[in-house]
Amino acid sequence: MADSRALYQEVILDHNRKPRNYGTLEHASHTAEGHNPLCGDHIRLALNLDGDRIDGVAFQGEACAICKASASMMTATIKGKSRQDAETLIREFRDMATGTLDFDRQPHHLGRLTVFAGVRDLPTRVKCAILPWHTLHAAFNAVSSTSTESEDDPMHAPIGDA
Amino acid sequence: MTAIQTALRSRPQAFDVERIRADFPILKLKFDGKPLVYLDNAASSQMPQAVIDRLVRYQSAQHANIHRAVHTLSEIATAEYEEARRKLQRFINAREEREIVFTSGTTDSINLVMHGYGRKFIGAGDEIILTTLEHHSNIVPWQMLAEEKGAKIRVVPINDAGELLIDAYESLFNDRTKFVGVLHVSNALGTVNPVKQMIAFAHARGVPVLIDGAQAAPHMKVDVQDLDCDFYAMSGHKLCGPTGIGILYGKAALLERMQPFKGGGDMILSVSFEKTIYNTIPHKFEAGTPPIAAAVGFGAAVDYLSAIGMDVIAMHELELLDCATEQIKRMPGVRIIGTAAAKAAVLSFAVDGVHPHDVGTLLNQQGIAVRTGHHCAQPVMQRFKVPATSRASFAFYNNMAEVDALIAGIRAVQKVFA
Repeated sequence: MADSRALYQEVILDHNRKPRNYGTLEHASHTAEGHNPLCGDHIRLALNLDGDRIDGVAFQGEACAICKASASMMTATIKGKSRQDAETLIREFRDMATGTLDFDRQPHHLGRLTVFAGVRDLPTRVKCAILPWHTLHAAFNAVSSTSTESEDDPMHAPIGDA
Repeated sequence: MTAIQTALRSRPQAFDVERIRADFPILKLKFDGKPLVYLDNAASSQMPQAVIDRLVRYQSAQHANIHRAVHTLSEIATAEYEEARRKLQRFINAREEREIVFTSGTTDSINLVMHGYGRKFIGAGDEIILTTLEHHSNIVPWQMLAEEKGAKIRVVPINDAGELLIDAYESLFNDRTKFVGVLHVSNALGTVNPVKQMIAFAHARGVPVLIDGAQAAPHMKVDVQDLDCDFYAMSGHKLCGPTGIGILYGKAALLERMQPFKGGGDMILSVSFEKTIYNTIPHKFEAGTPPIAAAVGFGAAVDYLSAIGMDVIAMHELELLDCATEQIKRMPGVRIIGTAAAKAAVLSFAVDGVHPHDVGTLLNQQGIAVRTGHHCAQPVMQRFKVPATSRASFAFYNNMAEVDALIAGIRAVQKVFA
């Protein structure tokens, strides 16, 4: 429970209060909606890919603090990165949140996204943190809508390279 | 002073909540050094030592299969199981013990009515009246039936307080109305519905009524003869009993006319490949070996509640609800969802700018267990335009210190998000 207390730390609360890249993109090349029917979290993600590079990204939605902060920090992190780097982050974030990545010992590229590590001790909140990443994966793969309860849930299915 | 407080003061014997609390081993738990404040009783209640002991005694000295063998142990188990049925009969004042069918819980009870009554007596073009307040368990089975038969579901709307619009209910009736399903107390909002009046109106038009009593039975005295309901469903685990057991009360004349839902042993009188003769009620609906221990435990649980007195329980819980409601009303940035004039001890609320799941996680860090989510009542959430709420639900073993802990807990949540 020490980790869950640490979950609501200032960086997450700040991103919840003032989400970065909040809004819409004029000419999005990729979009997707993510939905968690269990709690009503709902986000819309728009990307602009210039070749392989993420040129622009924006999100909107109604969600809990964990989901909104995760979306905000995700967009800030992936902007300017290649699609491949973003796919790697999707995998690593998922593995951290579900507790299969020992982020203190194993190599990763998560940087300050490790503030979300505490969700692995809160099974009911893991999906809140993962939803934006799940939605990013859907956008890359031209899936217009995705749900934490659907069959392609990254909690259950391999993502990225698959 | 509210009417309830006046009544409490005039009681000859004060309700000693601390003595009651001592009966519940789980209330001694601590998480991270913080005492458990259990306010999720609408989801499931806790079990007193007397019921735990009863389960142990049954398994240690009384268990065998029932209605089967001539040996002593089977006779003892059968007698205990049937005694539990009589305890439930008395608890809800049913006329006859054969009107009590053991099920696995409220959901199972409603499905039994859908299959046993609905599939036989509801057809194409017929109408079923439900309400916006219904739990999914009293919506989905009827949708399945409506789809199968080509029947139609009509929905009674609610006002901004979360009360049923009774005029609208009455105007929904027509020649095709064949069934009414309504919950007695809303699990999401706490609204106590005027079911007696609604039943009388339906009966005047020859329409039977099912009451989902899952949330009412723990909070008030239920008298099925006084209500004159045709069916009443409830769950053991919300009444300090075990999970996996519940009852369907049905008027004998209706149960007699219903077709069985599940086939198997115990529900038959004789079987050949040419013809099977069904058993009499209630056994016709209890195919296979039932959860005997759970039924015996359920019987012990209603004995425990009856010894305290459902009226006394209701008064104490309403005092907790009043106290919590008054304090939350004075808190800036907190809104109560469900403000019906008649409420049971269920308190749904929203904290401005904080998602209910964040409220739930942060309260949990203070040892306070509340439910967050849509409470299996998504139409209610849609009506109030919220994705979810936080819900504190009180039982008779909760005390004023726990109400204060909840209030302090909500303040702490607001501080984190300030």
